[in-house]
Amino acid sequence: MTVKYTEDHEWVSVEGDTATVGITSYAAEQLGDVVFVELPDVGASFEKGDDMAVVESVKAASDVYAPVSGDVIEANTKLSDAPETVNEAPDSEGWFAKIKLSNPSELDSLMDDAAYKAFCADL
Amino acid sequence: MSMNSQGRPSAPVAAGSQRDTETVSGSKGLYQFEPLIFETDRWGKTGVDFPKAKGNKSRLGGVERAGKAELPGLSEPETVRHYMRLSQRNYAIDLGLFPLGSCTMKHNPRLNEKMARLPGFADIHPMQPQASVQGALELIDELATWLKTLTGMPAVAMSPKAGAHGELCGMLAIRQALISRGEADTRKRVLVPASAHGTNPATAAQCGFIVDEISADTRGRVDIDDLRSKLEKTDDIAGIMLTNPNTCGLFETDIKDIADLIHEAGGYFYCDGANFNAIVGRVRPGDLGIDAMHINLHKTFSTPHGGGGPGSGPTVLSEALAPFAPVPFILKGEDGFRLVEEAEEEAKESFGRMASFHGQMGMFVRALSYMLSHGADGLKQVAEDAVLNANYIQAKLKTVMTPAFDGFCMHEALFSDKFTAEGIETIDIAKALIDEGYHPMTMYFPLVVHGAMLIEPTETESKAELDRFCGALESVARRAAQGDDTLKGAPYLAPMKRLDETQAARKPVLKWAPPAPEQLAAE
Amino acid sequence: MRYLPLTQEDRADMLSVIGANSVDDFYTDVPESARLPGTVPGLPDHQGEFAVERYLTKLASKNVTASDSAFFVGCGAYKHHVPASVDMVIQRSEFLTTYTPYQPEIAQGTLQTLFEFQTQVAEITAMDVANASMYDGATSCAEAAVMACRATRRKKVVLSGGLHPHYAASTKLLCEAQGIEVVQLPAAIDGELELAGAVDDATACVIGQSPNVFGTITDMTPVADAAHEKKALFVSVFTEAVSLGLVKPPGEMGADIAVGEGQSIGNSLNFGGPYVGLFAATQKLVRQMPGRLCGETTDAEGKRGFVLTLSTREQHIRRDKATSNICTNSGLCALAFTAHMTLLGGKGLHDLAVLNHEAACDLADALEAVNGVEILTPRFFNEFAFRVPMNAADALQGLLDRDVVGGVRASRLYPHEDELSNVIVCAATECTTSEDIAAYASALKEILS
Repeated sequence: MTVKYTEDHEWVSVEGDTATVGITSYAAEQLGDVVFVELPDVGASFEKGDDMAVVESVKAASDVYAPVSGDVIEANTKLSDAPETVNEAPDSEGWFAKIKLSNPSELDSLMDDAAYKAFCADL
Repeated sequence: MSMNSQGRPSAPVAAGSQRDTETVSGSKGLYQFEPLIFETDRWGKTGVDFPKAKGNKSRLGGVERAGKAELPGLSEPETVRHYMRLSQRNYAIDLGLFPLGSCTMKHNPRLNEKMARLPGFADIHPMQPQASVQGALELIDELATWLKTLTGMPAVAMSPKAGAHGELCGMLAIRQALISRGEADTRKRVLVPASAHGTNPATAAQCGFIVDEISADTRGRVDIDDLRSKLEKTDDIAGIMLTNPNTCGLFETDIKDIADLIHEAGGYFYCDGANFNAIVGRVRPGDLGIDAMHINLHKTFSTPHGGGGPGSGPTVLSEALAPFAPVPFILKGEDGFRLVEEAEEEAKESFGRMASFHGQMGMFVRALSYMLSHGADGLKQVAEDAVLNANYIQAKLKTVMTPAFDGFCMHEALFSDKFTAEGIETIDIAKALIDEGYHPMTMYFPLVVHGAMLIEPTETESKAELDRFCGALESVARRAAQGDDTLKGAPYLAPMKRLDETQAARKPVLKWAPPAPEQLAAE
Repeated sequence: MRYLPLTQEDRADMLSVIGANSVDDFYTDVPESARLPGTVPGLPDHQGEFAVERYLTKLASKNVTASDSAFFVGCGAYKHHVPASVDMVIQRSEFLTTYTPYQPEIAQGTLQTLFEFQTQVAEITAMDVANASMYDGATSCAEAAVMACRATRRKKVVLSGGLHPHYAASTKLLCEAQGIEVVQLPAAIDGELELAGAVDDATACVIGQSPNVFGTITDMTPVADAAHEKKALFVSVFTEAVSLGLVKPPGEMGADIAVGEGQSIGNSLNFGGPYVGLFAATQKLVRQMPGRLCGETTDAEGKRGFVLTLSTREQHIRRDKATSNICTNSGLCALAFTAHMTLLGGKGLHDLAVLNHEAACDLADALEAVNGVEILTPRFFNEFAFRVPMNAADALQGLLDRDVVGGVRASRLYPHEDELSNVIVCAATECTTSEDIAAYASALKEILS
């Protein structure tokens, strides 16, 4: 299982042709208390970079972009009732959606753990 | 002599011991506890006396409500107390300085209220025959003349119902002008500074335009080089939305160049008039090359804010946009005043109708009452005193706080949070001001200044009140600079402590609901 | 000048503290050509309070008020009695002269009244949630249409033939600016159910009104069902809020969004404004709603309090992606509404509605008895349309000459519908007396004979 990161602070964890997508702990911390998550519909298909979800804190609303292209096969509906999960466990329980990859080669352009850490350190 | 040794002590007794300030009733001296109306025992009752219904007629045809609306009806004394008690939890201009930047919280003259309540204005119907409302039409026409003269613009649309509605009016006029040029489908881009009020980009988007952000320069003005670069491609430009004086409280020095640039690009210049109070009576926006500007009657012209409206946003238009003004408008003819209500004939180029009826008459009466009171000389003095008061605050606080930009300001003073110690934020300063008896300034706006504090005193504050306010803010600012952690818990002396907005947003409770049965059983 | 506290000495002192020579120093950023040498030309100078009062009172006296005469005008605004205590509440400085409640610790008065307002509006419309008010009924209707398009991701709305033409025009304007297709069904006195046949797979919402602009009341449940079958929304409109005390409310007809004009409760006629738009929806749609929402929470000590919430929908945060550009709403008119509703309660609203309905029935009976009059509205609450055997404008002028303000000629709202040129829409309320009704009938009889 590989985890990759985008410059917009999304993470992608890949198993086979399925990618689990979430936002990083850095992003969750910057947002503050998450109060609402608008999830993509199952079956929706996205191109890399499309608006895929919305995450809201009290004072901000941020778009979450699809880090890779593909079709949504599952959305983490638990977040609707417990948006605080995004703050508590952004890297695990707080995942947003599972996407069936349509172009796995896109993963190559994303950052690995070390590169993302360095990227955040520069912000 | 005779002596009466009975009676009450007439001087305070030296304090024995402090007691806990919680009370059994929930009231504290003059601060009265007040539940929600739904927590009274007035369910199924009414506080209004009606004659008995005859009960012998119905033409409802069976389209009846299944059950009565379940709401309590309070008697008059209970109702009056309910609202009086609640009123005491509110800060208001009539209580003290209300320094919300970009909101122009000035004194609301009571004459305005009295005039707006004259039955000849308050008790007339928008659809009664026009012959029976000539005085009302004349008043609107006269207010329109004042607005056109003060702004130096040839036309004004009176129907917009608030500032943002006025923005919509101006942008729809621009859209209609582009339609008439056959360019509505290609000219979609509207330039909006990063410092703009949120209503500007929201309005542009509502009209189907695409927002293109322009940055500010180090002086807090539009970065003219950035603007030029955004105008390298001109065939998709619809216009620009620019507040002037801007949201940093500064006059846009390059405004005429900006107007020329946007016109050369084939676009129109929308000016957000929220800050007109700084220049009213001294500068006419029409002399600056603008095409449209809304005027917040509830800011510059003293109509009350009412806890969030109603506002009124008449929008002045240039020759280029005037033909596209919304209906209705008033024409003066030989038989008196007449409303043009349809977008045809003499209004055939109009973009249409924005709302019911003819605009915020109640606000028109108040605004005209204010204008007549001040006159041209008084309005000039209004702007000058508003600007003087803001500069006085900036001067008194500039050594303790960090002015966002160098030089004089217009009608509002803007500070950044640079002076605060690590861990102390703008919101802590704001909340501590509440303990000092003041409404906080606008905070975290404009977005281009870190931890912004925007202070607009208006012209209706005396020097003594400004001095008291500056003294209070200065002491809070010093505590912030020293890293006084107790600021984080402010306010301590308000009716409520800080409220949990996260909880409110995560599990929204937007109306009262009866307590669950198990909860009732437990009580 | 009486509104300006600074004295010349103050001004001089302050300039020296600032380090400026004169106020002109503050205006040096203004292009020189735009600096006026003196005051704005063409306007008079200041006047004392008495002079202003005398002038405005004279203007006011040129208008015929709704209380001066037998008065039957409706079509979106209604002459109702406003209790004295309501006007007293809204003149209370702490409500009148405060701002939008951005600092909840010192705005619980406004916030609690908004919470009570939202609860009342949700209850009388029989909807799940209501917002803290809009500008007026027409703009609420327009916002409902674009909200429905947002929620359904479709771009077509259908308007009934009985929707108030001002509402229809405002809705068309906003929709067309956003590239939304608007289908307007032909004007019809009793045509709200036609909407059921006009909904297709591309439709975001259908918008119907009851009582409609001709006063017709309709159980629009079949419209809601047809809309829902196509996964479209049903928007239910009213212009007479008092009708909700008696007539089937939007929530009982399956409405997804209910919008209307709240002027009738607590607010004067004011020649058309300011009024108060009511906006309610189902729970599912709450995050798509425009405007302010007030919600319950607790403070740092656990005490119940109220705050503005779900603000991320709004322009000051979402900017060009906001659900609406609305900022200032109609706070004080909402306060008048909620204070009046607090006096009325559910029972009072019902009783008031019954009085309105009976007055309208009496009026219909009296007018029907006049030779040549034909009542056109089949089922109504407090307003109906009727046909006279002459031009409606002339009939209304004749009535005005006899001190009866008899209603609205339908041609004022529908200038191109020749069939409506003889039609008058009239309303009766609890303020209508039997003498008013008798005066109307006898004047009309005179005119038609």
